Amino acid sequence: MTARIRWADVEVGTELPAQSFPVQRVDLVKYAGASGDFNVIHWNERIATSVGLPNVIAHGMFTMAEAVRVVTDWAVDPGAVVAYRVRFTRPVVVPDDDQGAMIEVSAKVTAKNDDGTVVVTITASSEGSTVLGKALATVRLAQ
Amino acid sequence: MALNPEFAGRVYPPSAPYLVGREKIREFADAIGDRNPAYHHVDAARALGHADLVAPPTFAIVMATRASSAVIHDPELGLDYSRVVHGEQGFAYVRPILAGDELIVTTTIESIRTMAGNDMITTRGDIATLEGEPVATATSLIVSRAPEDTA
Repeated sequence: MTARIRWADVEVGTELPAQSFPVQRVDLVKYAGASGDFNVIHWNERIATSVGLPNVIAHGMFTMAEAVRVVTDWAVDPGAVVAYRVRFTRPVVVPDDDQGAMIEVSAKVTAKNDDGTVVVTITASSEGSTVLGKALATVRLAQ
Repeated sequence: MALNPEFAGRVYPPSAPYLVGREKIREFADAIGDRNPAYHHVDAARALGHADLVAPPTFAIVMATRASSAVIHDPELGLDYSRVVHGEQGFAYVRPILAGDELIVTTTIESIRTMAGNDMITTRGDIATLEGEPVATATSLIVSRAPEDTA
């Protein structure tokens, strides 16, 4: 139930491999179905723009799910994530074209706790803007 | 429109049980494009020490939202859902959620406050097994933005 990375081998400042996650409209439709969140601003451009958004936006929970993949891929065991929280600062805008949007995610260890966990601070951005704030994952590492 | 502050601290009856299915975990993982073997292959999850497929860290939002939707749509609470945005989300796990778990969610309104005309409500979903073993907590900050003319 813990990661393969050893607590002793990690230092404050250790960087996790960064990743980029593409997101297209079809991904939002799939996420709506899988999560049960059918809010129209995530798939209907007419309504999204009518409420003042630049275009359809990704579910905040979709962005949150993508961002922590940098942590779970690093830890190998996703069950090693014992806490994860974010603030949604800006939406990821997803245009209706062949590219969609890109979510760029980097992360580094910012604290080591005596209970065998580490705190990873995640940075996520899209189109040059930070989309998550105070994004922290607590991960239980191997002893 | 201001929220009814008397709702702060209110605890709602537990949700109906949510049975975590292997195919639901696979569907959720596919929707976020995540091929982590622990979400898809039982043997891979068992090799990591889990009894069955592991749910992704944000999977608990599915059952937490289902449980809290009746709360935030309660007309007496006074939340204008057309102006709602998701402000913050947190999860804390006693143990990972696994396929085969049958879980209930007890929703509590942790706080209600108004800042700069924005109504902010924090809900906490305590997720536990039918036997009462605590599994996880999902905390959500929902913000109902002030109408432009009062912001």
